[in-house]
Formats: sequence, C-alpha cells, structure tokens
Amino acid sequence: MGVAVIKYNAGNNFSVLCALRRLGVEAVVTDDFDVVRNADKVIFPGVGEASSAMSYLRSGNLDSLIRSLLQPVLGICIGQQLMCRHSEEGDTDCLGIFDAEVKRFPVNGNMKVPHMGWNNLRVTSGDGVVPAAVDNSYVYYVHSYYVPVCDYTTAVTDYILPFSASMRKENFYATQFHPEKSGDVGEKILKNFLEL
Amino acid sequence: MLAKRIIPCLDVKDGKTVKGVNFVNFRNAGDPVELGKKYSDDGADELVYLDITASHEGRKTFIDLVTRVAENINIPFTVGGGIGSVADVEKLLDAGADKVSVNSSALRNPSLIDGIVSRFGSQVCVLAIDARFTDGDWLCYVNGGRVPTERHLFEWAREGADRGAGEILFTSMDHDGVKTGFACEALSRLSEELPIPVIASGGAGEYSHFYEVFTEGKADAALAAGIFHFNEIAIDGLKHYLYDRNINIRL
Repeated sequence: MGVAVIKYNAGNNFSVLCALRRLGVEAVVTDDFDVVRNADKVIFPGVGEASSAMSYLRSGNLDSLIRSLLQPVLGICIGQQLMCRHSEEGDTDCLGIFDAEVKRFPVNGNMKVPHMGWNNLRVTSGDGVVPAAVDNSYVYYVHSYYVPVCDYTTAVTDYILPFSASMRKENFYATQFHPEKSGDVGEKILKNFLEL
Repeated sequence: MLAKRIIPCLDVKDGKTVKGVNFVNFRNAGDPVELGKKYSDDGADELVYLDITASHEGRKTFIDLVTRVAENINIPFTVGGGIGSVADVEKLLDAGADKVSVNSSALRNPSLIDGIVSRFGSQVCVLAIDARFTDGDWLCYVNGGRVPTERHLFEWAREGADRGAGEILFTSMDHDGVKTGFACEALSRLSEELPIPVIASGGAGEYSHFYEVFTEGKADAALAAGIFHFNEIAIDGLKHYLYDRNINIRL
C-alpha cells in the first residue's frame, strides 16, 4: 500500500504519520507530483490558515494536482475546508472540489470558539470512511471555521449549529475532526480509508 | 454535544513521572509513556506532560519523550515546562506535541503568547496560571509556584486571552494536593469572563469534586495528577460517575 501525505505549509503531518504507522502503514510526506499521482491513497491533512495554505498550494501547482487525483483522497480539518469552493478565513478561494462555503462560527452566548475537544458524530448518509457503525462516537475537534451541512455531508456534529463533520464527493473524502487524534474510533476511521 | 474533558497531568523529571504535594516532596509514579497509554486506554480525553527538569540533558530527554508519546498515543497531548521562546515551541511541536503550555516566561514576557499564536495559531497555546488567594485577591506566581508576582489572576487571564491564548489552565496553589475540591468560585468567574476554554487544576480528591467543577465551577476540562497516578481515582470509574449525573462525557 502506497500512501502519500501532501507536503505543504499547514503541517502536523507527524501525528498523521504516527497514526498510520500504528496501523502498519509507512506513508511518505511529499510534494512530488509523480509520487502523489502514483500513490494508492492520498491524505491532505492540516493545521493552519486558509489563505497562506492556498497561496502555497498555488505557487507549486499543488492545487491542480489535488483536483486531478483519481484515487481516494482524505482531507483532514483544514484539508476539508481547503477542498471547498471558498473560505471566509482570509476571504480565500479554495480548491472547489466541494461546492460549499467555509464559514466562521458565529458568536453565540458563552459558546467558545475555537470548538475544541471531543464531540459526537451524527452519521447521516454515511460513507465508506465514516459509516453508520461510528454513529454517536466522539471524535476530536479543534477549529474556528466550519463547512455548513450540504449535499456532500455524510455526518454532522452540532456545535453552535450543525456542521459537516465528514463529506464525500466521488473519490474525495474529508473530515473536519482529527481521526489521528480521535482514539480508537479515529483509528477505525483511518483504517476504513486505507481499506477503500 | 461537546464533552467535558478529564486530563491527567504527568510531571516529568529526567524521563520519569513525578508528582508533588503542594509542589514539593516528589514521589515516583512510573514511565511517562506507559502511564499516558494506560490513561488513554482508561478514557482520558487529553494528556499534559510537564517538564520539570532544569538541566540541558534533561531537556533533550524530554524532547525524545514527546516523540515517543506522539508515536504511541492516539489522543491529543499538551507539553509544558521551561518554554521560553517561539523556537522552544517549534521544537516541541515538531517532536509531535499538539499544544504547548506557557507559564512563567509568558508572565515575564507576555508577547511570547502573541509570538506563538501568530506562528502556530491559538489552538496550540495554553496559558497556564498558578495563583494563590492572597489579601482578598488571586495573586499569580512564577517558577513552579515559588515566586509571587504583581499580576492578578483575572486580569492576567484576560490579557492572555486577548493576546490569543487558546485555553487557560488555572492551578489554585491553595487547593493543589490538598484534595478538598477545586477552586470553583474563581473558576466559574474565569469561565464566564473569558471567551476561551478553562481547564481547572488543583484540589481533586474524589469523584464529587469533578462534578462540582463542571457544574458550579463551569470548567471545560479538569486536570489532576497524583490521584490518578496512585490509583486513588480510576478514570473510567470517574467518567461513568459523571455520565450518570448528566455531565457530557465521552465514554
């Protein structure tokens, strides 16, 4: 199994690599077009800020590369957000894989932003990565922006409002939560992706 | 719904876990990675590792430990102790930490918080505050609670949040190690005044103290050390206790 993790300026690749290693998979972190294109699976992780991440991706044409991929791709956290059309964070045009607008959580009483910690999944349509079997499981979140519930949403989490916990369009999968930090449930979700 | 978090804290010196009562008289409580793994298996929601080593060799050992934790444990963890610069933070994040906590050095140089936040984002920056109730107000201390400062808890926490800290970890030195419950009044005020999560620390001795800190104390998370290390409280038992009392808990 060849797994490529996209190398760019919104890191925390190390946790993803460690999580994959615990599942017996040695992934490569790379921005080499051939290596990415030839991988069986591609992971697009991230902890970072949308506009600087997008300018970095554009400067190396990684944006076109990611859009053109045909194998299963998993976007995590900001990876999910960058796969959308546009983000309010830095008023940024993103990859446009999911026709959705990324928004900032509204101020709501004493609900704190970022949404940080463990919250539960409501699996709606579900997909191969986030199936009905993980319904109601707790997963780990750290984010201030969210993707509203839309046609691509496969699971929902409620915080201030319902948002897309996971999404899918064709070979593109995404989670707003961090499966690599979500304990045993997270490992199961990563394993589901590896086994697609 | 967002779950209340239970966070075991592991003080690490020269690669070993230690825990003080009122910050002195350490007792050894085992290998930090083994212990962290056990807590994660028991249902801990996050871990905190504090480096209380002073020596240069000790710092290097701690960085190696951070990597071993990242390799072996599948929940988030924060590291702290002796962080004085953005470069220190970068080393720890590169080694695999999810968040860092800053304490004394941020009090001496508050712009350290801005530096961390602008480089890595609010979510990685936990502002730890040790305070003692003195002459009718909470006075902040530095150097592991040994040296008093001029700053007060509520105004310093507010400044930290304004500078972009992502969470406040408040330890009541009056309650720490005493096992008679958390400083709920001060915690509740912090939680209401600040737009960021508050982690309660100091005073846990029995299940009901955690219930109080999440209800009266309005804390988002509760941290404890010795009572977990010496098996006085089992995390899974504690979480079931809280769950049965309608606290949002991840089981």
